[in-house]
Amino acid sequence: MEPIAIISIFVLAVFVGFEVVSKVSSTLHTPLMSGANAIHGVILVGAIIVASHSKTNLELGLSVAAIILATINMIGGFVVTDRMLEMFKGKKKEAK
Amino acid sequence: MSTFVYDLIGLSAGVCFILALKGLSSPKSARRGNLIGALGATIATVVIFFYAMPEKNGTPTSLPIKNLGWILGAMAVGTLIGVPAAKKVQMTQMPQLVALFNGVGGGAAALVAIVEYLNLGAGATTAEVIATVFTVVVGCVSFSGSIITFMKLQELMTTRPVVFPGGRFVIAGTLVAVLGVSGWVVSALGTTPLLILAGLSLLFGILFVLPVGGADVPIVISLLNAFTGLTVAASGYVLDSTLLIIAGTLVGASGTILTRMMADAMGRSLFGTLFGAFTAKPQEATGAAEERPVRSGSPDDVAILLNYARRVVIVPGFGLAVAQAQHTVRELADLLISKGIDVAYGIHPVAGRMPGHMNVLLAEANVPYEQLAEMDEVNPTFAQTDVAIVIGANDVVNPAAETTPGCPIYGMPILQVSNAANVIFLKRSMRPGFAGIENELLYDPKTMLLFGDAKASLTKVVSALKGL
Repeated sequence: MEPIAIISIFVLAVFVGFEVVSKVSSTLHTPLMSGANAIHGVILVGAIIVASHSKTNLELGLSVAAIILATINMIGGFVVTDRMLEMFKGKKKEAK
Repeated sequence: MSTFVYDLIGLSAGVCFILALKGLSSPKSARRGNLIGALGATIATVVIFFYAMPEKNGTPTSLPIKNLGWILGAMAVGTLIGVPAAKKVQMTQMPQLVALFNGVGGGAAALVAIVEYLNLGAGATTAEVIATVFTVVVGCVSFSGSIITFMKLQELMTTRPVVFPGGRFVIAGTLVAVLGVSGWVVSALGTTPLLILAGLSLLFGILFVLPVGGADVPIVISLLNAFTGLTVAASGYVLDSTLLIIAGTLVGASGTILTRMMADAMGRSLFGTLFGAFTAKPQEATGAAEERPVRSGSPDDVAILLNYARRVVIVPGFGLAVAQAQHTVRELADLLISKGIDVAYGIHPVAGRMPGHMNVLLAEANVPYEQLAEMDEVNPTFAQTDVAIVIGANDVVNPAAETTPGCPIYGMPILQVSNAANVIFLKRSMRPGFAGIENELLYDPKTMLLFGDAKASLTKVVSALKGL
């Protein structure tokens, strides 16, 4: 990819990142952090790419470890965020 | 699948992540936002199996991708570890789980960079090597730093700042070594220097987080979260993945803003927190710990005080969550309301162990949202409040934050319960709070202490109140 294209994507993404979370009540800080945390679990894609390009056992072993860690980060992150947010919703249903 | 289609699908996943962060910023759309994020991550992960990404050195690859069995097996293992952990964790322990998830993400990014480095060979451009080295360093710092925050929150180690003599020189020295070895790796290219660099970075992560006090830990987790995002973006550059660049940069940028917002909510200087490692001085254990009289009461005393109040403010803290007393406190509040008493919960922004943590815990107990008052709403009303009942909280009501410059929480906005006519503390012991500071309010003549487990105490108060 052209360096200027990469730099453009990077700079624009920085501004989008700043803008989308500019006004958040402190109530949502924890779920937001947890959700963002799950999003960077997408490093899983990178781990899969390097695993598929691995030629030595060392490379494969390290990539398999990376895939395990990234999967924990991504799937666990989304599940725990959903659990947190479910509780916010639960209060409206007046169940018990 | 052509590269164009692959990139297009990657872009749609990136858009999902933007919508996810946007959704998570507002209570109404938060849950949907998280699901959109999960959708984006699923799209990104599935599509990679249908695209034969050529290797860096130009070698074309074919489908199905190599090592497919290993890849799917590793994903299954990760799922089997991650999902039960996320499903079973007690809501009180959720902050440390988030820290742990962030740490393993950083670890994954560092491992990806190491493998990529082994793969790069001689054809690598300097920019690629720099990006790889950056990912290894920051990924390792995020990994070991997050493990330390996990241990602090899990109370596997002291929650007080760990500062040793000459510590700041050790930290500064480690940082210089990290930078020096980074330069060596970039210029010399070798596996051994890279592994040394990884080791030094892990050490720096530990040293960086050790001097952080318990109250600042959430800020550090948020910061490390942003760091991990940046490593993902750098990996995206090396791996030619636009999606990773977008996703990583989004998390890095929004994480930085979030870290600042958290620091503001807690009245902490971000700079002070970050560079605390370099400026922290060993603290003497200044002991106001000598025996001083406190007024302790019985559950009946508390019940009588509450019964004749017109307005009661409940200030819940982490101790309430530890005792699993959310439901009992709601019972008490309902009982008081049925007696015509005005009841509100005063929620400090950082009550619990993380901003918003207490709201999650009380929502779990079905406490009506309207009764939860934020700090700015509730503070002006304390002067008209007859009883402020502080349950398992300490630092967030400690007047030292306003009166004692130099104490670790000085400048943090607090709930001004000392303005109420009476203050009741439900505490397990005289032990200071998470930040490890003595609370003068405990010795105030208008303060009554009720010792014991928060849930047991509250149950006694409720039954005493019913008998009145």
